[in-house]
Amino acid sequence: MAKSSIKIRAKEGKKGVVTFKALISHPMETGLRKNKNTGKNIPAHFIEEVTVESEGAQVMTAYWSGGVSKNPYVSFKYLGKRGDEVKLSWVDNMGKGDEAFAKVR
Amino acid sequence: MTMKRRTFVKSSMSAGAMAVAAGAGLLAPRAVLATYPKDTFTDQEVDEVLKNAEPVDKDRITVKAPKIAENGAVVPITILSDLPDVEQIHVYVRENGIPKVAQFNLGAGAKAHVSCRVKMGKTSDVIGLVKSGDKLYYASKEVRVTIGGCGG
Repeated sequence: MAKSSIKIRAKEGKKGVVTFKALISHPMETGLRKNKNTGKNIPAHFIEEVTVESEGAQVMTAYWSGGVSKNPYVSFKYLGKRGDEVKLSWVDNMGKGDEAFAKVR
Repeated sequence: MTMKRRTFVKSSMSAGAMAVAAGAGLLAPRAVLATYPKDTFTDQEVDEVLKNAEPVDKDRITVKAPKIAENGAVVPITILSDLPDVEQIHVYVRENGIPKVAQFNLGAGAKAHVSCRVKMGKTSDVIGLVKSGDKLYYASKEVRVTIGGCGG
């Protein structure tokens, strides 16, 4: 299987509060940049939607524009506990997507 | 009579168009949570959005960002808030072509504390807009972008 585009670290810090961190490898093209050789615009290619679930329940949904940096990083906190299974999935404007699972540590 | 009718139709049409525009720009993301809020990721002026929001102190909404960003392509940003019932956190960069960069919808159990990295074309305010209950609040912070510069 191809290497996943997603890296997840989820850790229970202060009691009951999980810090979720993820890195996604993605070009995040805005569609405004020009190709230097051809002078044509590089087509937009960015992640539109990121969903994070914990034990099957949605905890966070992010909607992004091309203004988020390349290879985006996202982090947030939620109430959870060690051992929970978290899932992150993303979909970009070209309909591609990926998902990954991890355990809260 | 006919003239009056014409003017009436015209004015009602323009009023209708206004309502549609307002609906698309501001109400859609709240009403329809399940789909990508494409209408809000436009070149709409930030001030239009902030008209409906209330500015609050730094301790209610904190926008963490570097004072000076050496690389505008990767600016780390954290937004946290101690307002109750935060449902959404939006990130705006005022001077970007598309000022709205990200929107985070928080589900059950999520804390009002999100981080991401954004692109910034030039020195600009970064605005954290928080939806708490039915109201919108915001706070901002200026980030100076020094592309190939010496501290500008």
